[in-house]
Amino acid sequence: MTLSELKTGKPAQIIGFETVNQSLETRLREIGFAEGDRVEVRHVGLFGRNPMSVRLNGTHIALRRAEAVAVIVELVN
Amino acid sequence: MLDVVDTVRPIRLALLGAPNCGKTSLFNALTGGRAKVANYPGVTVEYRKSEFLTSAGDKVELLDLPGVYGDCGHSMDERVAIEAISGKIDGEQVPDGLIVMMDASHINTHLHNVLQAKNYGLPMVLVLNMMDMAARDGIEINVAKLEEEIGVPVISCVAVRASARAHLNDYLSKWVPELNAGTTKAPANEPSNLKDLQKKARAIATESVTQSKGRETQSDAIDRFVLHPVLGPIILALILFFMFQAVYSWSGPFMDGIEWLFGQASDLVGSTMPDNWFRSLITDGVIAGVGAVLVFIPQIVILFAFILLLEASGYMARAAFLVDTLMAKIGLNGRAFIPLLSSFACAIPGIMAARSIESERDRLTTVLIAPLMTCSARWPVYFLVIGAFIPAQKVGLFNLQGIVAFGLVLAGVVFALIAAFIFKKTLLKGGNSTLLLELPSYKAPVFKDYIRGLWDRAMIFVTRAGRIILPASIIIWFLVRYPTREHGLEGTFAGMLGRVLEPIFAPIGFTLEMVISLIPAMAAREVAVSSLGTIYALEEDMPDGVLEGIIAANWSVATGLAFLAWFVFAPQCLSTLAVMKKETHGWKWPVFAFTYLFFLAYIAAGATFWIAKAAGL
Repeated sequence: MTLSELKTGKPAQIIGFETVNQSLETRLREIGFAEGDRVEVRHVGLFGRNPMSVRLNGTHIALRRAEAVAVIVELVN
Repeated sequence: MLDVVDTVRPIRLALLGAPNCGKTSLFNALTGGRAKVANYPGVTVEYRKSEFLTSAGDKVELLDLPGVYGDCGHSMDERVAIEAISGKIDGEQVPDGLIVMMDASHINTHLHNVLQAKNYGLPMVLVLNMMDMAARDGIEINVAKLEEEIGVPVISCVAVRASARAHLNDYLSKWVPELNAGTTKAPANEPSNLKDLQKKARAIATESVTQSKGRETQSDAIDRFVLHPVLGPIILALILFFMFQAVYSWSGPFMDGIEWLFGQASDLVGSTMPDNWFRSLITDGVIAGVGAVLVFIPQIVILFAFILLLEASGYMARAAFLVDTLMAKIGLNGRAFIPLLSSFACAIPGIMAARSIESERDRLTTVLIAPLMTCSARWPVYFLVIGAFIPAQKVGLFNLQGIVAFGLVLAGVVFALIAAFIFKKTLLKGGNSTLLLELPSYKAPVFKDYIRGLWDRAMIFVTRAGRIILPASIIIWFLVRYPTREHGLEGTFAGMLGRVLEPIFAPIGFTLEMVISLIPAMAAREVAVSSLGTIYALEEDMPDGVLEGIIAANWSVATGLAFLAWFVFAPQCLSTLAVMKKETHGWKWPVFAFTYLFFLAYIAAGATFWIAKAAGL
């Protein structure tokens, strides 16, 4: 599942990145997304759940669904 | 010889860190805030530089750089920060050491950026800022362990509290002589691959940080409302609306006071000096011209009091989040909101701030629409004309003048969005934009930094009055007085010049005085107001510099409204066009911007004039 599909309030873990655009992966990593990190979608915009704000470790990051598609996650209990 | 020179020059330190980690607060705290804002040669990214003495008395030159996450340099300002450290910028030397800063609460997310900074090969120290907030959020950091693991000195700090900066001050007074003697070593290199760096950083964080999980922070609680899909945009609209209401409702008494002062000054000069050309220059040129603009200081200060508060509190990034959907529709993204918002102060810093936008096409689009944001130079014109034609009555809870001002600002924004939409569909097609924006924790602004910011803004306005408006007032005074005033304005240089241009502006309802005031307004838009002040001061006996009443008596409502509509677009501002040329490396885009803005201004003013006339105004 990708981060863009994750439901609001469900804790998940990043398991990898999948993007044809290497610079997007670099940007995501630089701002703090990494394998093993906990993420949770906190807020989404009114139209098409776009953009979304996620909680990543202790940080909050706003991103678009088009960017969230590149982050592969799995649910944790 | 070289050794002597080396010991005399100050030690150069650079502050490096992610956006919002508190670099600027630390910079202000260490240097007392008296910074020189300068531009790198060849590029216009601003950096701040200042000197201070350590507690041991050694001189340090501190450099505040734009916030960066990694070392790739995706946008122009990130590239500048990285090039400054690597010594790739002409005229700037490689710093002697780095003060790398990190928000202590974000150690889990940002530690890999610190490891990466070791690869610059410069002596460095890590400052963990906002330790108090981290503690409040249940984050415990074992500083000794962290220091051992990453292999550089780690100092905990609360940049805004003097007592919590003691460690850092002690360290600097020890470190700087070492840097001077050249006995400090650069830290060991780290892997260059981001994935490996992150792996290592996460392992270090796991060992040295304990975090009580699942706690709802205050910021989270606030965001439940502020980022709510329905409530959020409503709150944003209310904040902006309240801001414009306050600008009008609170400024009245202060403005009356300033008007009274200029009136007194004018009377004093009038009664003590002989009636000659020089008295006319002082009262009609200098006092009427400069006074007409300075009277708006209270409104400018209130406006910036709000903007700075929104910035310092962390709300601005939320606003960018909230408007992103709208920006997506026109092909830009929420990030463009920040340069556009600074354009409300002045388009120049806005156009420069657009450098943080990665995609070149998005950057150009942002640069082109930045002049449509209502800059502070337009406020004097709005305040003057609104004051003259819009009654100061209440509509329900609201001040009617405030509503009109809000409407004008909104009109600028709407046309900017339409223009951006068209540009992105035609001239500047393509370019992919990412949002990826950190939402910082909410914090109360540091009072001293806040007041200093407000003071700086007010002083920029006042010094403009001195540098641009004063000379412009004197020139316009000369033009509207000579060679002869026997036939009123007709016989003056300004009258002759205005006559040439009048046929262009007559169809949209502009009077000769208005056309004349637009010419010097090329230097700065608010000069239109000071010029009108001077023109009418010579034309009639202006009591106590009350330009508003004179305009209300001389212009029709339709003309007044057309003038307002013109200033929503106001293509005339040489400094904006000059900075556009610099930022886009050529005349093509500034010429294009001037042309499209001129046509929009002309059409809007004309339409307003004829519609208002048809409505019988």
